[in-house]
Amino acid sequence: MAQETRVAEEAKVEEKVRMLDIYIMGKRYKVPEGLTIQSALEYCGYNLVRGCGCRFGFCGACGTIYNFTYDPTIRYGLACQTVVEQNMVITQIPFFPAAEALYNVEDLKPKEGGNKLAELYPDILTCFGCNNCTKTCPQELEVMEFMSDAIRGDYAKVYEKSFDCLLCGLCAARCPQGLQPYNIALAARRLRGAHLAPKSQHNLDRMKEIEEGKFDAELEKLKKMSRDELRELYDKREIEPAL
Amino acid sequence: MAEAEVAEKVRMLDIYIMEKHYKVPEGLTIQTALEYCGYRLIRGCGCRGGSCGACATVYNFTHDPTLRYGLACQTAVEPDMCVVQIPCFPTAKPIYDIKKLRPTVDQVLGIYPDLATCFGCNNCTQSCPQDIEVMDFMSAALRGDFPTVVEKSFECVMCGMCAARCPQGLSPYNIAMLIRRLHGRYLLPKSRHLEEKVKEIEEGKYDAEYEKLRSTPMEELRRIYDERWIEPK
Amino acid sequence: MPYPPYMEESIRKLEASRQRRMKEEIPLISSDERDIIVRKYHPDYRETGKRKLLLGPNKDETMPEELANQLEGNSRVDPDKVDLSKIDYDVDVLIIGSGGAGLSAALLVQENGAKVLVATKLRLGDSNTIGAEGGTQAADRPNDSPVLHYLDTMGGGHFENVPELVWAMARDAPMAIKWLEDLGVNWDKETDGSMRELELAGECRRRVHSCKDYTGLEVMRVLRDEVRCRDNIDYIEFEPAIELIMDDRGQVAGAILVNLETNELSLVRAKAVIVATGGLGRLHTQGFPTTNHYGATADGLAMAYRVGCSLIYGDSIQYHPTGAVYPLQLVGILITENVRALGGQIINIDGEQVACNLEPRDILASFEIRECTERHKGITTSAGNVGVWEDIPLIDMIHGEGTIAARLPSLVHKFSRFNIDLIHEPVLVYPTLHYQNGGVRMDANSATEVPGLWVPGEVGGGVHGRNRLGGNATLDIYVFGRRAGREAAQYAKEVKLGKLTLNHVRQWQNELERLGIVKERPFSPMLLPNYARQPSDYLADLYTEKLQPGLVKLA
Repeated sequence: MAQETRVAEEAKVEEKVRMLDIYIMGKRYKVPEGLTIQSALEYCGYNLVRGCGCRFGFCGACGTIYNFTYDPTIRYGLACQTVVEQNMVITQIPFFPAAEALYNVEDLKPKEGGNKLAELYPDILTCFGCNNCTKTCPQELEVMEFMSDAIRGDYAKVYEKSFDCLLCGLCAARCPQGLQPYNIALAARRLRGAHLAPKSQHNLDRMKEIEEGKFDAELEKLKKMSRDELRELYDKREIEPAL
Repeated sequence: MAEAEVAEKVRMLDIYIMEKHYKVPEGLTIQTALEYCGYRLIRGCGCRGGSCGACATVYNFTHDPTLRYGLACQTAVEPDMCVVQIPCFPTAKPIYDIKKLRPTVDQVLGIYPDLATCFGCNNCTQSCPQDIEVMDFMSAALRGDFPTVVEKSFECVMCGMCAARCPQGLSPYNIAMLIRRLHGRYLLPKSRHLEEKVKEIEEGKYDAEYEKLRSTPMEELRRIYDERWIEPK
Repeated sequence: MPYPPYMEESIRKLEASRQRRMKEEIPLISSDERDIIVRKYHPDYRETGKRKLLLGPNKDETMPEELANQLEGNSRVDPDKVDLSKIDYDVDVLIIGSGGAGLSAALLVQENGAKVLVATKLRLGDSNTIGAEGGTQAADRPNDSPVLHYLDTMGGGHFENVPELVWAMARDAPMAIKWLEDLGVNWDKETDGSMRELELAGECRRRVHSCKDYTGLEVMRVLRDEVRCRDNIDYIEFEPAIELIMDDRGQVAGAILVNLETNELSLVRAKAVIVATGGLGRLHTQGFPTTNHYGATADGLAMAYRVGCSLIYGDSIQYHPTGAVYPLQLVGILITENVRALGGQIINIDGEQVACNLEPRDILASFEIRECTERHKGITTSAGNVGVWEDIPLIDMIHGEGTIAARLPSLVHKFSRFNIDLIHEPVLVYPTLHYQNGGVRMDANSATEVPGLWVPGEVGGGVHGRNRLGGNATLDIYVFGRRAGREAAQYAKEVKLGKLTLNHVRQWQNELERLGIVKERPFSPMLLPNYARQPSDYLADLYTEKLQPGLVKLA
């Protein structure tokens, strides 16, 4: 059993913790306060197969939709990062069908006057700005804003605003037009990284030097050194200041 | 099962269950395809006959991203289908006492205030596996036209897809439920003959006749039965 | 037109005979003749597929073997591993099952001031009731009376019904309709409020109340909504009961539940238990497909049998004559008897009527089986299923265009998904496993021989004799559900429970040991059928592919 759950069991036994009512797919359970939705599921006996990944907020596997018995407003979170609250009503959406354009990153190179994203995902133009995507985002990204940027072909802005996206898919699950902001943003970020970000000249120069064999002789010399010689060289090497 | 026996003679289709690729024989429903692939259903399976809404499924195709919706037990698998079931979606269900309600729009809005935030996007209609004109009955609800709500929502199996897809977080299926009950209790005319018959029974009008039949010997009972007058259809 | 070419000739003949058949009346056969045809063709009377019970209150009686397996099954509980002092729920009344009977009982228990818990195997309301289409009988018109309803029911049941139970049902029927009307059910009515009523098979008056062909769904939606609206009715979903708990005074005192998703057990201590677990369709007796829902696995019968309740007519199974046969995806699903009440006729491959379309279900099923087997006049599909036609388009010819669409929307919709247009095309049908006519022996309040246990609804037996009339099942559940709720609530106020025990399970297992059949019998209750294709099936695929040894096939 995961550590959080074991600790919770012990605390419960010692009556140190308050028990909360939560509803998993409509079914009521009592769980100790302080658990995340994910550990609460496990506390209740569910052995997760779907809906569980890195367990610490990076992979988007555990997208969860919830509300409260006293408040029907739909809310969204990652199960592993969201703490249970009293009267929470929970459902996980481990997958939602979404369009995924197939492309070769070379072909992402944007052309003058065109919008590569609209080419790959033509439905993007049907977005009517309802802002549901922003509401669903467990990473609190300004999804609606980067969707507008995408429609305008401003790939750089999409990259900036979507950087924290975990591709959990909740925006696609709730978009009334059936769009998939997370896939659109992914294409924009790849496009930007491959074709728009300034190239790293020193990296290119170094690659050239290596291919031309500039460092080969020096490496051969090091390989022939004895252990003591190597150690001496190592201890005396100049260390660049950190800052 | 008959379907599995036929499998050797039919063509195999590629389908994707939560993106996982499987090959299934043509002719299965989404539900039996899941079972063919080895899933033993606990959630997402109920009457298996299209009446209970347990198996609501969202799907699209690898060649067409348009979202579609169906009941898994009533939808045949097609090549390149990508499916996921949504067995439950959070909606807060308000508590009310039907005996204390008035059959008016104000009453409905009092219980479901968010109804007024509907902006007519029509996702509810698109998501309905029963092909119900949900948007139409939502408008009818706002207009106070309850008979139209009843008529248009009658086939609702309460699967919850409309709630899962409404951008405003509404539950059309719960709203229609309330209105159908208000209609059934307050707006349909009362059945006079029903009330009269209930009164007669409670006064014991039929007790003696039953006692007589109860103690009639079997031969005689059969004769009475065979000779009873049958009302024409 | 989606019917395959090999069916076209038969459909032409059906269409050709339609005008003539509209005026053709085939008389009903007499009750003596009924007994004869049923014995010859009805699946209940087949020699195979049944066996004598080896233990329990109905020892030496013959039952369908699938049911016998459940009744003689091993308990899922090891009494030595259960600590009966660790109770998870302590209530006045525990209700197992949440269909029409279970939820009617829950409402009445609550109204009578007792604390109630509903435990259900799937979602609240998942049941056979929800798929019921035809309607509910009640003798509420001036030219009808509960006595005639009683007489019809007795005749339909081959006069083997328990009279007190039939009278309770017929008498309470109009009250049940009224109760549901007050809760907000939209019964089909004329503009002046009078109920629109149909006459189903075996009835002498029009007395079936319906809500289009969604009767069960409409009522279940309302009952479920009302249960949710009453704040003090607790319910747990996906937690079926696997064993009843007794006390040392011979009273039923609760149940053990299992969470289907997590395998955890919960113990419920209850002063009264209402078992409303419905039918057994998913046991597929005699290999038939079924109209029943996923959870219809005879759970209540098995548990009640183990605490000492006897069954009445446990061997009497109803095969509904109009189960779908085509397309393959819809095999077994129900085509409501309302179709026949509205004039739909049963037609063989030559376009001729098979029997009077309003014969009671066991009779018509027997006629259809005779037609397709002995007389070879059925239509065989490419999947190997056989059936006869039900001529639905006739209904619009009799009652006017638009009748089918207005009165049978559920049916039209279901088949339209597969490109079959029931307004212009017939449907292929054959008997399908639909209902258990008998069940646990009970009294007029559905109380059993064992104190503290009630069995309203399909799980209880005796009301319907050896064949249930259409429209009586969705009446039985409300009448006996309400009576059970009322009586159980009262009983719970008075009873004193003793020490909880599972000794009945120990005794049961000892008896199975003594008979040497422990390993041969499955665990019961079954809980859910297993339709998942097994790994061994994959192996079969491998062998047919003639793989070289050492190669692994990735599915």
